[in-house]
Amino acid sequence: MSARMRFILSVMVLGLLMTGPFLLTAMFVWLETKGAERQTLVEVVAPHLPIGTLLTLVGFGVGVAVLRGLFRQYVQGLLRMAENLRLMLGANRGFRVEPEGPPEVQQLARAINELAEQRDSLTADVEAQIGRAKASIEEERNRLAALMSELTQSVVVCNLDGRILLYNNRARLQFRALSDAPAVAGGGELIGLGRSIYGVFDRTMIAHALDTIQQRLRRCGQAQANFVTTTRAGQLLRVQMAPVLSAEPAMAEEAREDARPESAIEAPGTAVEGEASAARTITGFILMLDNITRTFENESRRDQLLHNLTEGNRASLGNVRAAADMLEYEDLTDDMRRRFRKVVRDEVEAMSARLDDTAREFADSLKARWPLEEMLGADLIAAARRRIEERLSLPTKLEEVDEAIWLKVDSFSLIQALTYIASRLSDEFGVREVRFRLSAHGRLVHLDLIWSGQAMSTETVMSWELESMNIEGERTPLSVRDIIERHDGEMWLEREKVRHRAFFRIVLPAARPQEQLESESFLRGESRPEYYDFDLFQWSERSHELDDRPLSALTYTVFDTETTGLHPSQGDEIIQIGATRILNGKLLRGESFEQLVDPRRPLSPESAQIHGITREMLRGQPTIDKVLPAFHAFAADTVLIAHNAAFDMRFLQLKEAETGLRFDQPVLDTLLLSAVVHPNQASHRLEAIAERLGLTIIGRHTALGDAIVTAEVLIKLIPLLAEKGIVTLRQAREAAEQTYYARIKY
Amino acid sequence: MVKKILIADDEPNIVISLEFLMKREGFEVLIANDGEEAVQRIRGDRPDLVLLDVMMPKKSGFEVCQEIKADPALADIRILMLTAKGRDTEVAKGLALGADAYMTKPFATKELVERVRELLER
Repeated sequence: MSARMRFILSVMVLGLLMTGPFLLTAMFVWLETKGAERQTLVEVVAPHLPIGTLLTLVGFGVGVAVLRGLFRQYVQGLLRMAENLRLMLGANRGFRVEPEGPPEVQQLARAINELAEQRDSLTADVEAQIGRAKASIEEERNRLAALMSELTQSVVVCNLDGRILLYNNRARLQFRALSDAPAVAGGGELIGLGRSIYGVFDRTMIAHALDTIQQRLRRCGQAQANFVTTTRAGQLLRVQMAPVLSAEPAMAEEAREDARPESAIEAPGTAVEGEASAARTITGFILMLDNITRTFENESRRDQLLHNLTEGNRASLGNVRAAADMLEYEDLTDDMRRRFRKVVRDEVEAMSARLDDTAREFADSLKARWPLEEMLGADLIAAARRRIEERLSLPTKLEEVDEAIWLKVDSFSLIQALTYIASRLSDEFGVREVRFRLSAHGRLVHLDLIWSGQAMSTETVMSWELESMNIEGERTPLSVRDIIERHDGEMWLEREKVRHRAFFRIVLPAARPQEQLESESFLRGESRPEYYDFDLFQWSERSHELDDRPLSALTYTVFDTETTGLHPSQGDEIIQIGATRILNGKLLRGESFEQLVDPRRPLSPESAQIHGITREMLRGQPTIDKVLPAFHAFAADTVLIAHNAAFDMRFLQLKEAETGLRFDQPVLDTLLLSAVVHPNQASHRLEAIAERLGLTIIGRHTALGDAIVTAEVLIKLIPLLAEKGIVTLRQAREAAEQTYYARIKY
Repeated sequence: MVKKILIADDEPNIVISLEFLMKREGFEVLIANDGEEAVQRIRGDRPDLVLLDVMMPKKSGFEVCQEIKADPALADIRILMLTAKGRDTEVAKGLALGADAYMTKPFATKELVERVRELLER
């Protein structure tokens, strides 16, 4: 019931209260008097009726006035106050209620104002605290990023999917050297926020290193792994990997570790659970890279020299010593004596020459070694077993394994060698189980791979040792022999005739475990934080199909091409490609791609007027078959964006047959998206859209300039699309397909 | 009976000394210049002992050793391996493959003669 209705009702009640008792009394008197008495009553009362009515009306009027006053002050006043309170609650927090009206209402207003004051100071306090916390987080991030960018070592941080979420300048330079097409993309197709590290490194290798770390974490709570790898461009990289651990579960884990002895006795169930979660959660990994191609070449050369010096001289010395011994005999014929002397002379001369060579070469060779890391033998075998069982589905067993043995190994390649041998045993000799044995013999360790069954010839063993390895389609140029030699070890086949079985024995030098910490962090220059996006830690690509991911969470390659003309099917060609990237809603201007292309055909004068690219500028530029692979890599794993994308895509598609590169990722067109958002606008040219969205245009009609404008347009369009309920990639594509413009064909 | 010794080495500069030495000690001496020839001569001439160099063309000393020891008919032939490589792992490999003794260059010829006699008397 509205306040007005209630007022009218109370006026009516007042009227009834004032007239009702009087009228009722009059009625009773009227009914009780009869005949002449009633006549007399009428005569007595009638003359006084007007004044009575008048008095009643006046009384009623006063009553209404009082009622109205009360209503205004208590009902309407409170309603007004309620509205003001709403204002204080939301839109205008600084507003205060004016204490007016009767004292009770004024008291209420004052109490409300005090409450509001209290709320404001609390809010301010909380906000200040949040602000401080944010600032300190931001500061820590910046400090970390600054530290990274100033390291002379290349650092790349990835999440578990292998997406890069931080890299430093040094890493960028290094990746540039690794790129197959350094002149074209400047390594930008390999390194970039959100890009996959598996473009550079073998996935299985990273997985193996993570595995090793996981195992060590379980043992001692901190770990790192080292490996050396060859990149596609033939460079040799030494990589050091450290895990990024989540903070919370790790602490819980420690607590559980402490509690384990008792709980193991009381409840076996909890102990098992503890074991299962014993692995601290790794949320990502840090890679520190060293390009050791040069040093490794030096090292190989040095090794060769050293080898020549020791073994060559050892043989020569043997010859000299034997000849000298022979010269001692008195009964030598002159001829024999001459021949022995010649041996001595020749060998000594050869040794002198060798020594000179070595001394000269040594002066400029540097120290670097194939990095072998120390590892618990039992861990190595556990990892090898897991790999053999997973890859080959070949059951494995343990025989005596000395748990105290430490080895100095490159675990990845050694496990590869073991897996390879096991695969050949299983493929060619039908071996259905292999066993491992590990024992120490002085400074050497025997690692045996045992099987029972058919005997094999020495030739077979030799060929297994010398052929380059190929396991289930995974190729490597290395042979088992290479790997064994890298470990300074030996390998041979032995038979246990009594038990009808045989084993490969790999002899490796034992290692004494040592704590080694090398700090190679130098501070340098005044470079500022750059190249990081820690939000990627929350990313997990596997959990989403691209199609159902929100537009705001996708990675985009926004590109534009300049061409010799408008008719791709009639032989017009691309003369420039420009592209930039959007990640987590941010334009990454630093990660752009811009390249002129020699079209191998003349430019039409009209087109030159649009893009300003002349024949002279294109002379000596790479051709499209060189540029497209780099752009393909740059755009890998992202959604492609272009303005009037159908046009640019047509050029790319016409090159598919020639280059063998398919651009089969999802494509969105800003022209169509603009038409979805503003269906009633006349123009969807890039300038018109940019102007509508309040963007300033610079550098239009260069491919990169246009790509950047297009990217800015896309960033503005995404929230406008969301207002129309278009949130995911699928929805955007479907909406775009329904616009009028989508029907134009090139 | 005069014992036969096969010298298997591809380096003439050591063969000349070993040949002279062994002949002087009263052994009959045969010579092989590579691994394959060594195996042929062992099978054909049945020497009592082989002075076997590890690094040889065509077949390494390890292969020769393994082949000989795998043949029960040749089981009593003694093998003394000679090598210019001094690594422990290699010595271990030679002995595991059945070599009776192993000597690293350079060695004293007197010691060599002693080892040869010792092996032949076994």
